[in-house]
Order: sequence, then C-alpha cells, then structure tokens
Amino acid sequence: MNDILVRVENIRKSFGKNTVLDGVSFDIRKGSVKVIIGPSGTGKSTLLRCINMLAPPDSGKIWLQDTELTAKGTDLHQMRQKIGMVFQHFALFKHLKAIDNVALGLIRVKHLDRSAAYKKAMADLDKVGLAQHADKYPAQLSGGQQQRVGIARALAMDPLVMLFDEPTSALDPELIGEVLQVMQTLAKEGMTMVCVTHEMGFAKSVADEIIFMEAGHILEASPPQVMFSNPQNERTRSFLHKIAELYGETL
Amino acid sequence: MKFFAALVDYLPAFGHGLWLTVALTFIAAAIGFIASIPLVLAILYGRKAWKLLAKGFITLVRGTPLLVQLFFIYYGLPALGLRINPFVAALIGFILNSAAYQAEYLKGGFLAITTEQMEAAYSIGLTKWQAVRFIIFPQAFRFAIPALSNEIIYLVKYTSVAYIIQVPELLSQAKFFASDTFFHLETYLLIGAVYLALIWIVSKLTDALEKKLYIPGFDISHLR
Repeated sequence: MNDILVRVENIRKSFGKNTVLDGVSFDIRKGSVKVIIGPSGTGKSTLLRCINMLAPPDSGKIWLQDTELTAKGTDLHQMRQKIGMVFQHFALFKHLKAIDNVALGLIRVKHLDRSAAYKKAMADLDKVGLAQHADKYPAQLSGGQQQRVGIARALAMDPLVMLFDEPTSALDPELIGEVLQVMQTLAKEGMTMVCVTHEMGFAKSVADEIIFMEAGHILEASPPQVMFSNPQNERTRSFLHKIAELYGETL
Repeated sequence: MKFFAALVDYLPAFGHGLWLTVALTFIAAAIGFIASIPLVLAILYGRKAWKLLAKGFITLVRGTPLLVQLFFIYYGLPALGLRINPFVAALIGFILNSAAYQAEYLKGGFLAITTEQMEAAYSIGLTKWQAVRFIIFPQAFRFAIPALSNEIIYLVKYTSVAYIIQVPELLSQAKFFASDTFFHLETYLLIGAVYLALIWIVSKLTDALEKKLYIPGFDISHLR
C-alpha cells in the first residue's frame, strides 16, 4: 500500500450529456510509468486533468499518497505542485523567458528567494538541455525546445508524479526525439509518470503498463510485452494494428 | 500678418488651454486605466453581484452620449447640492468613460488567451489570483496595448467637448479668440493642426511604450 502514490477510484466525468469517463480505477505505484492509449475522444486527457483536479470528476475518488484530492476542503494549490503536468501544446507562459517560466512556481508557490529559484531553474533547464536558451521567449524556441521547457517547468516543483498529455503530438517528426529522450531519462531515473501518448517505441522501452481506453472505460491494462504480443480484447488488437500501420512499427 | 499679431497677445491663453487639454487627457487615461482593471476582473472573475455592477456601469456609460453625461454632472448634480467646477466635472466624465472603454479593450486582450495558460498556471500550484496577476493579466495587457493607445487618441479629441461646460481648454480658447478677432478660418486651421500635433506625439509615445514592452510572440509579424 505504501508505494502507491496515486489511487484513482471509480471516477466519472461528463460534460453536459457527454459522458467522458465512465468509472475508471487504477493505482500508480511509485516509480512506475503508465502509458495510456486509445482512440481520440475517449477521455484520456480528461483522465489526466482529473488526476490533478483541473477537471474535478463528478464522482469517484482520487488520492495522492494519504490526501484525498476529491475531498472537500483539500488545498488543491498546495497539492498540484506535487503533480507535474506537461501539455500537448506546451502551454508555456508566453510573456516570460524560458528561465522565468521555470522559476515562477519556485518563487510564487515554493517561496524560494530569487537567487535560489533561478539557480534551481537553471539546473532544471540544463537537465533538459536548454541552459543556453534560458533567456529566450517561447516564441523564439522550436516546438521541441518549448516542450522541454514545459518539462523543466513541471520538474522544478519536484513533483511526486508527472502527467504527460500527448507531449509530442503537436511536434514535427524531427523534434519528437529530443522530447522522448528527456522523458526516457526521467523514467530511468525513477520518476513516476502517466503518459498519454501513441509513441509505441517509448511505451515499449519504459512503460510498466499500457492502459487501453475506449469510451470512458479502461478496456485493457497490461505490461507492454503482453499488450503488444497478445492483446486480450479485439478492440485493442485492431487499435494497435492501426497505430502500427500509421507509425510503420512492427509490434 | 494681422492674424499672428493678434495671436501673440492670446498665446498665454492658448498655452493654458493646451495645458488643460493635455491634463484632461492624461489624468483621465491614467485613472481610467487603473479603474478599468477592477472592472474587467469583476466581469471575468467576479461574483455575480460584482459582475452585474461592472456590466451595468459599462452599459450606462457606453449607452449614453458623453455630452449628456457631462451636462448631468455639471448642470444636473448642483440640483442635489453638488456643485463641481467645470474642469473637475469634465475630468469625472472622461474618467468614467475611459474606464468603461478601457475595460472593454482589456477584456478583448483576455479573450485572446487560451485556457491552457490558466491550466498551466494551476498545474504548478498557483492560486487563481496569482494566475491572473502573473500569467493572464500581463499577456492580456500586451494584447490590448494597440486598443488602449487608440483610447488616448480618442481622449485628446473628446476633451474638446469640455468647452461646452465652460472648461477653458484648447477649443474654448480658440472660440474666444475667433469671435474676438473674426479670424475664424485661420483659428480653426491652426487649432486643428495643434490637435494633429498632439495626437502625433501621443502615437509616438505609445509606439515607444509598445516597443519597450515588446516580447517576441506578442506582435503581428506572424500575420504578415
């Protein structure tokens, strides 16, 4: 029980009449990497947004360690800094330099003094290979660089778990590698991660578990070897087949 | 030239008028800007009562002619025992108007910002007000700068309306001068040129401000 970092218990979420999550449960163990796949519109991004309560579920419970995030009165701002999030379209603060994007949370949320904050921010930018671009604004960086700043911004808060919402799907193919490499390094260093991605190479090399979602349900969840070699569900099989065709990978 | 000879005597008066015009413009723009911030925040983030109040204020100010408002303040309020000198009356009118319009311009800036900016701010643990203060407002403000610059230009010209409630600003002085000397054509040509020069200076100043606050990604170069 103690190494369970995040517990998602039977969460449901609708937008109007549209049910996006229809009873989803799973645990995230410390140091594990989960990859969530599935057709678009099946609630993958919503699921991530439920975990850090950007989109609170209508019912069900979410725990981060011993704190129930879904409980009334939980200090979400305090808890959210422990859950890093990386966005599909980077969502960098466009009016701030790369270094300020990373340092802002350290100064305003963690209340570090400026010199300590900038020192830490620089170290995090260095970790994603962007120390020399610290003084550039988002608009002056490539998509891959912007996404790495996004990762550094989340990392700076020393999160317990990192959520990746299709981090490479808005990138040109030649920029995907640099982002995946950073993610791979993080995974190998033991960061707990939940990634919505269709990068099957990444999934195969670092995921402990692949979750296949459809229509707001988890249809199948298993380690990559099992998922790729012997998917139990017909829908999973055909979806993986399509992905393989699209990306030209042999699964 | 008789016109210029006559003008020399009136120069101090014109100087005073110009000063009042400039003062009305900049005080109204500055206080109007400061007042527009709570207005737009109330509309976008406020509780229902504040939202209604702010929207009601803007509807009222934008929905009635400026001249009606100035007459109300200057001629109407004394009936309630509030006697206000012309300059202050005009200033109040311009501040109220400028606040309402600038709030709308700022709102336009807020609308240019995607939801992901707010989500990203929350995701690192910022509170709503921190997110608005450090992330949303600075960006919205930059998007709104061109519209806000326009507002100052409008204000320079609107101040001429103040002559109707006896503020001895630039146009009033011109009117005194013209009716004293009968140089109507020359006077209004000259005064038009003075307004033009004022507005040229204002647009240079706002251009400089825009340049000073320039951040890559907040311009229209990508649309060219």
